[in-house]
Amino acid sequence: MASETVHHTAMTLSEHLPILEILVPFVAAPLIVFIGRRDLAWPIAFIASAASFVIAGMLLSQVIDGSVISYQLGGWAPPLGIEYRVDTANAFVLLLVSGISTLVLPYAKASVARELPESAQTLFYALFLLCFTGLLGVTITGDAFNVFVFLEISSLSTYVLIAQGAHRDKRALTASYNYLIMGTIGATFFVIGVGFLYMATGTLNMADLADRIENQYDSRTVRAAFAFIMVGMGLKVAIFPLHLWLPNAYTYAPSAITSFLAATATKVAIYVMLRFLFSVFQPGFLAEVPTLDLILYPFAILAMFAASYTAILQRDLKRMLAYSSIGQVGYMLLGIALLSESGLMATMIHLFNHGITKAALFMGVGVYVLNGGGSFYHNLRGRGKTMPWTSAAMVVAGLSLIGVPGTAGFLSKWLLVEATLEQGLWPIALLIVASSLLAVIYVWKLIETLYLAQPAEGLQDQNVPLMMMIPLWVMALACIYFGFDTDITLSAARSAAEGLLAGSAGMR
Amino acid sequence: MAMETSFAILLSMLLPGAAVLSNMLLRNSPDLRDGLTLGAAIATFMVVLNILANVGNTTTETFTFLTVMPGLELAFNVEPLGLMFALLASGLWIVTHLYGLGYMRGNNEDNHARFFACFSFAIFSVMGIAFAANMFTLFLFYEALTLSTYPLVAHKGNMAAIKGARTYLGILIGTSIGLQLVAIIWTYAVAGTLDFAKGGILQGLIAGPSVAILLALYAFGIGKAALMPFHRWLPAAMVAPTPVSALLHAVAVVKAGVFTMLKVGIYIFGIEFLAESGASTWLMWLAAFSILAASVIAMTKDNLKARLAYSTISQLSYITLGVALASSMGILGGGLHVVMHAMGKITLFMCAGSIYVATHRTEISQMTGLGRRMPITFIAFLIGALSIIGLPPLGGSWSKWLLMVGAVDAEHLFILGVLLVSSLLNVAYLLPLVAKGFFLSNDTDAELAQSAEASPLVWGPPAATAFGCVVLFFYAGHIQDFLMPIVATN
Repeated sequence: MASETVHHTAMTLSEHLPILEILVPFVAAPLIVFIGRRDLAWPIAFIASAASFVIAGMLLSQVIDGSVISYQLGGWAPPLGIEYRVDTANAFVLLLVSGISTLVLPYAKASVARELPESAQTLFYALFLLCFTGLLGVTITGDAFNVFVFLEISSLSTYVLIAQGAHRDKRALTASYNYLIMGTIGATFFVIGVGFLYMATGTLNMADLADRIENQYDSRTVRAAFAFIMVGMGLKVAIFPLHLWLPNAYTYAPSAITSFLAATATKVAIYVMLRFLFSVFQPGFLAEVPTLDLILYPFAILAMFAASYTAILQRDLKRMLAYSSIGQVGYMLLGIALLSESGLMATMIHLFNHGITKAALFMGVGVYVLNGGGSFYHNLRGRGKTMPWTSAAMVVAGLSLIGVPGTAGFLSKWLLVEATLEQGLWPIALLIVASSLLAVIYVWKLIETLYLAQPAEGLQDQNVPLMMMIPLWVMALACIYFGFDTDITLSAARSAAEGLLAGSAGMR
Repeated sequence: MAMETSFAILLSMLLPGAAVLSNMLLRNSPDLRDGLTLGAAIATFMVVLNILANVGNTTTETFTFLTVMPGLELAFNVEPLGLMFALLASGLWIVTHLYGLGYMRGNNEDNHARFFACFSFAIFSVMGIAFAANMFTLFLFYEALTLSTYPLVAHKGNMAAIKGARTYLGILIGTSIGLQLVAIIWTYAVAGTLDFAKGGILQGLIAGPSVAILLALYAFGIGKAALMPFHRWLPAAMVAPTPVSALLHAVAVVKAGVFTMLKVGIYIFGIEFLAESGASTWLMWLAAFSILAASVIAMTKDNLKARLAYSTISQLSYITLGVALASSMGILGGGLHVVMHAMGKITLFMCAGSIYVATHRTEISQMTGLGRRMPITFIAFLIGALSIIGLPPLGGSWSKWLLMVGAVDAEHLFILGVLLVSSLLNVAYLLPLVAKGFFLSNDTDAELAQSAEASPLVWGPPAATAFGCVVLFFYAGHIQDFLMPIVATN
């Protein structure tokens, strides 16, 4: 059995933190619909998100020493009952997701007010909270089927949220439809995989699964399950050849949604992938499947180069950033492929650093779009002069995307290169730095457009709402702050990597 | 007045940092803004002098500003080579700031506030480089220097400037992230530290061809040292206004490159380790090739700034050569050449700018007979040129002398030949301008007959640095003694 947790008859509130993390936004979402008042929708959403953020912080502080919180839903003991399981790895992701959400919401208030008709705004916040709940749920749960349930909650609301972009550009509808098809295939693959695992073991609790498949590594069912789960999650992560839904979805969704999704959705999917790779299937299984090397390395490197190169060719800033995200996933995948503690640490750090970097960049794009009509480069000419604050934040975040020393992105690159050198894979280390040169090119295209091109004629500059500027700058400064102060990120990433590598033992 | 060294180091960086802010905030009051920057420049120089007075040529304790990760620290200390570089950069900042004022106003260039803000930021970065106590800190400021000088190169904003700036950034960032960063992480992985330590930190930890490969990653990765084939950025950067070329591309940027090279040679590899392993032999030949090839190219350039740019590439390789010789004399010669070349080259660049302000001419062939109209500028140019060539009684003669002794010490007589041929080439591409300027007359050019020296702010600074070249001849011994501890074997 996974764990024998003593059943408390009288629990204090603090012991209920894991469920509160989910419950607060989950209850707040229908509440917004029931109250049905536009002026109350945003405050409720913001309070719920902020509460989740605080709870996530408390959870992380409880587990950062490497301990694990196991919470039984409704008092039903696992493996029969559903279990929420918090360790450093997912507490870290919870903190990232809820932190980004809490910062994106103030930004969303100003940007949604301009991008969406008033009739759609109330429901927008309800859906946002549902999507948020889904992402948190996927992260916190210790039950394989429960992952699927939350995954669908977040996915379904994401499809609708992306489609909201149709108020500005009808192409959001096809983008959302594309994502719906691809996302559903992914989720179906995932649930097929989970079904196979259930068939082989008769359980759905992750820790329990890990114990029971330990002697079935040769089983074809287990291996097929592994393949289905990896491909299914690969779709959600947007690993290079499975990425086709992403550029359009990011380009046409409302700006606030793009910032939120880019910083969180793919990151959560990577976390699920890590959880299944290391905690359910465990390093022992991975060692028995040597083909994994042949799959992870090439696709990681392919993403690093092909997607980054495609990013250079884009003429729309949002699309460029979307392709860059696909390329950055390659780095995270590479860290996983190394199957070492330092590699996983690099992945976890990059997950966080890239999250804040991309959130800042997409927020900046949103500001440009509101003040000039488009995110094509020719709309952005000379904006360095007309919108100095926004553009300066874009430069800071852009430098972090490249990985210039003194930014968060630099630490990710450093750790990743160090992890590859540790295993003597210096050709791969060279490939990492070579691909970051591609990032220099696409970021510099932006900087030249902003600062060196002449502004287009007749462009009216509106004032940027402070509610958008503050979150943008908080994110941009975070890109620098986390480039110097690594106490939280590094220790969380290290503890997460240790926990993951310990396999199911790390779950106790 | 004695100051805590750590405080003085911070102050030497805070002052240029404050100048960045004052330039940005006071964009609409030019006189106050430029006055404050001048104040900051003088104060920075005083602070560095104060460090010199307190510390001399000893190496101070490292003080850690903040720890990014265990082993990756933002840390500073004072050691002779860095102190010399800081003195040089902050001292010449005063001269160039005055010159920059005359130039920018005389030429009616735009965006003064942005220009001087970036300029001050570059000085801030240089101070960080000079006082860095480990390779990580140095790299951080090295990249900051690249990024802060990019807007200066692209200053004019026309297509040529954008293209030049693209080459500039592409090569400098490309080499530093693509090669130098790998070298640094490799060093860290092998040695577990990046601290600059006497005798190096790699001895006994790597061997065989790895040493040469690591050295290659550094040598090419330090793109600012303009070792061929990564030298193209330097001529490309000449689209920048002349004060930028003068301070940044004759002193701060390129010297940051060779300074990093010296630091890596002395404190990362260690001279003895380099000499024993023989890993630097190829670098010596490449540097020798760079010296001759760049000089030959310089002769073919009619554009004065382009010719000076190639001359710089050639002269920088002298310093790289000093490191590659892996002998005490070579290192000392390289270190001394940092100062001598800076003083000589900044004179030449400021003269080129002075000619441009007065006549708007850039091609050497158009300057025939101009010497009689602009005697001060041309005499200053002559003195700077003679110092670069290495003739006594000018500073440049001593560093070349030491390098030649270093070559003999290391038993590479062929290198001695290279240095001699190079001096002759220097004569061939630098002196014709002066000779034609004074001794040939150009009666057909009516416009030329009208031209005269521009404002004293423009011709004064090069005259001052030309005088500096003479002074340095007599003080070279002091600088050499000052640098002695970096090669002392104890």
